Amino acid sequence: MDKFEPKIVAFCCNWCSYAGADLAGTSRIQYSPNIRIIRVMCSGRVSPLFVLKALSVGADGVLVLGCHPGDCHYIEGNYKTLRRIPLLKKMLKQFGIEEERVRLEWVSASEGARFAEVANSFTKTIKKLGPSSLGSSKQNYQEEKYG
Amino acid sequence: MRKITIDPITRLEGHGRIEIFLNDAGDVDKAYLQIPELRGFEKFCEGRPAEEMPRITTRICGVCPTAHHMCSTKALDDLWKVEPTSTAKKIRRLMYNAFVAEDHIFHFFFLAGPDFVVGPQAPAGERNILGVIGKVGMEAGGKVIKVRKGLRGVIQTIGGKVIHPVCGLPGGVSKVITEEERKDFIEAAEYAVEFSKWALELFDNIVLKNTEYVDLVTGDIYKHRTYYMGLMDENNKVNFYDGDLRVVDPNGKEYVKFKGRDYLDHIREHVEPWNYMKFCFLKNVGWKGFIDGEDSGIYRVAPLARLNAAEGMATPLAQEAYEKMYEVLGGKPVHNTLAFNWARLIEALYASEEMLELAHDPELTSPDIVNLPTETPKEGIGVVEAPRGTLFHHYQTDEKGILTKVNLIVATTNNMAPIDMSVEKAAKSLIHKGEVSDGLLNMIEMAFRAYDPCMACGTHALPGQMPLEVTIYDAQGNELKKLSRGIS
Amino acid sequence: MAKPKVAFYWCASCGGCEEAVVDLNEDILKVADALHIIFWPVALDFKRKDVEALSDGEIAVSFINGAVRSGEQEEMVKLLREKSGLVVAFGSCAHLGGIPGLGNFWTRDTIFRRVYKETPSTENPEGTLPQQKTDIGVGELTLPEFYDTVKTLDQTIPVDYYLPGCPPPPDLIMNAINAILAGQLPEKGTVLAPSKALCDTCPRNETKPQKLSIAEIKRPWEIKLDPEKCFLAQGVICLGPATRSGCGERCIKANMPCRGCFGPVDGVLDQGAHFLSALASIIDYNDPEEIQKIIDDIVDPAGTFYRFGLPASLLRRTKM
Repeated sequence: MDKFEPKIVAFCCNWCSYAGADLAGTSRIQYSPNIRIIRVMCSGRVSPLFVLKALSVGADGVLVLGCHPGDCHYIEGNYKTLRRIPLLKKMLKQFGIEEERVRLEWVSASEGARFAEVANSFTKTIKKLGPSSLGSSKQNYQEEKYG
Repeated sequence: MRKITIDPITRLEGHGRIEIFLNDAGDVDKAYLQIPELRGFEKFCEGRPAEEMPRITTRICGVCPTAHHMCSTKALDDLWKVEPTSTAKKIRRLMYNAFVAEDHIFHFFFLAGPDFVVGPQAPAGERNILGVIGKVGMEAGGKVIKVRKGLRGVIQTIGGKVIHPVCGLPGGVSKVITEEERKDFIEAAEYAVEFSKWALELFDNIVLKNTEYVDLVTGDIYKHRTYYMGLMDENNKVNFYDGDLRVVDPNGKEYVKFKGRDYLDHIREHVEPWNYMKFCFLKNVGWKGFIDGEDSGIYRVAPLARLNAAEGMATPLAQEAYEKMYEVLGGKPVHNTLAFNWARLIEALYASEEMLELAHDPELTSPDIVNLPTETPKEGIGVVEAPRGTLFHHYQTDEKGILTKVNLIVATTNNMAPIDMSVEKAAKSLIHKGEVSDGLLNMIEMAFRAYDPCMACGTHALPGQMPLEVTIYDAQGNELKKLSRGIS
Repeated sequence: MAKPKVAFYWCASCGGCEEAVVDLNEDILKVADALHIIFWPVALDFKRKDVEALSDGEIAVSFINGAVRSGEQEEMVKLLREKSGLVVAFGSCAHLGGIPGLGNFWTRDTIFRRVYKETPSTENPEGTLPQQKTDIGVGELTLPEFYDTVKTLDQTIPVDYYLPGCPPPPDLIMNAINAILAGQLPEKGTVLAPSKALCDTCPRNETKPQKLSIAEIKRPWEIKLDPEKCFLAQGVICLGPATRSGCGERCIKANMPCRGCFGPVDGVLDQGAHFLSALASIIDYNDPEEIQKIIDDIVDPAGTFYRFGLPASLLRRTKM
């Protein structure tokens, strides 16, 4: 029987969370294979547009991971993220997209285990929510502009 | 059975179509006017902040956006239970009168003018704005552009944009008026009064002195005995901005007078599967179908209806013109549909006169333009008279002022059933034994054009007339004959 | 040389764009002189057969306004595309979906139910709904199909140029027409308006602080709006930063904030997401609780950030 395997995109900042993910790997800590990681220099680089694009092309869930507040390599970047993601989640609700499909977490470079924990718990959440079904209605979302 | 299709008719919100069904004898069995458009404002405004409605609902109609803007702003006053400042009310009324005057003048000259000025039987090639100019002189066209520009300039100054103004706020308006701007308002208003007087004189010389045309106006083809409704001040004089709603029966007697807030005690909308637009009727009389008379809940709105429901006009020159019209047409109420066009000019004069009064008001330039709301919003109803009829905006919100329910009754919906009836009656009176002529086209046109249905953007017709095509099919659906006018 | 043939057509439109052309006032005579207007359903004849009879590309330019939300509209714009050399999306609705695009928060069923059954003034005991075909005994009446989803013009046919605005201001319209007459049009796909953001040309620009920061959101009715100060600096949401310039700031001059009708500047894929990002960046707090409090005061983000551009956005509509 087909079990639903979510497609999850995780935007990880270069200095903290990506390094944390790396550490999880080298430490041989098992974590959900549903995560597709995209490295950005800072979580502040994650435009709401990226999250919308990921959802519109079929991601069932989107993780945004950054440095703990106060530790951002670029000083303020993650504060911007801290303001953007909650507002984005509020707006997504109006589109019928559950708030739980987008999550913001802080993961430092030394937190390999935490990265795995976040990945696993988020995957569980999305499995319970089911497919986002946005990507599947190709008619609505995948038409490219003409000309 | 034969079917005649008139498609499209223009100057309606979106597109319109008339379908005429003939019986075996070639006489008209039934005729229908269909509006094939719906956008769903009553649903998609749910979830929007109420204060945005004056800027969203203007997009219901780009010809009368100011009507929606004003009605919506008044609904917000009611929603937040806040009284606008005295200056704000004057600014709003000035802008609103400028709008009604402009809209009426334009409709008369570009839409209805050709029929009246050149005559309904004139050759098709002359029934357009060029024919009008030929009859009354080059100046006429220039005058209309000038008065329109002046009045629209007033709306733009107050509202920011003339198409889709923005200044309405609960408790007031957003912008203060300067003394410089006042001078422009006075100039535009003075010219509008002169122009409206001239327009009525023109009507007198060219229409009323033409017996053929007078016969058409007073004849039976375009006549319906219905109820009439309009917004009145406490003296039962026509008021576009505020007042109570007065309904008179087909004999002219007051049937009911009620506050806009109580509209649900009196108005209902009927649905037919062949039309996207609904049909209003008086709830307490009931829907009896598309028929005339005291027992049918059908009522009419817009210029003639307002004058019928009123006991006079609030400004002197308009009052004179009002008295004259009823004298000529034989007393109140007047049931002749084509008289809408005459009443329209009288209203333009009233609007111009009132605008001039307001333009001179010392309070106009006061900085006290808004009272900030302090109450918690829940429910608000706004009513105004749009040029084309009574307009209702009804909002319900949560305690943060986010809309939960919206109801809109747009001006033309009040007249939708009468328009259908007028079209059918004209068709039945004019088509016999399956014979259709060019005159038919124009005369059916005149039946609904008198109502100036919402979306009268056909105003700019360079040929000056609505193109019509009538196709006659036999019972097998084969095309037998095609008549057209205004089609290149 | 023959005058170029020009057509104006309207889809789900309010007619404001038609009025905007008439507002060219005296200039319209110059236009009428230089162009041969062969279609304008509001004013001149429109007959499908006439369009069908033309050869491909015989119409030099078709100006199409209104969003696409019915079968009839879709057929008509496809026909016009075939017969036209150039197609210009005229106004916000054709460009971005416009106000009718807000219908994408709902479906045909929910809209019909509200309009024809639920509104308190509707009396419809049999639950009648408009039908595509109705048998009335003596014959049949039809209505065009009403779509669930509102589309922009370029989601329906290839579009060559865009004239933004609700409605486009007279000077932009004249510039476009003059460019067409002179044969001096920019690269295809261009929006025929400046490529700056509104803030750049806004008369209140000087009052915008170097570091703009909002400590409290104010809705336009909550305060007496200062007629000279930048709206965002007053805490009032204004879409200026994410909106293309060219409108003359008419709303700002009437002392009301921008609602984004000109759409995004070049290169921005999604105006609403862009504005969300900008607005969030200038919230004055770093503490999650304080941030949440401000966010609670930002009401209806989707309807505000996508007021004119829901169909053009990445997500286009709510989940069905």
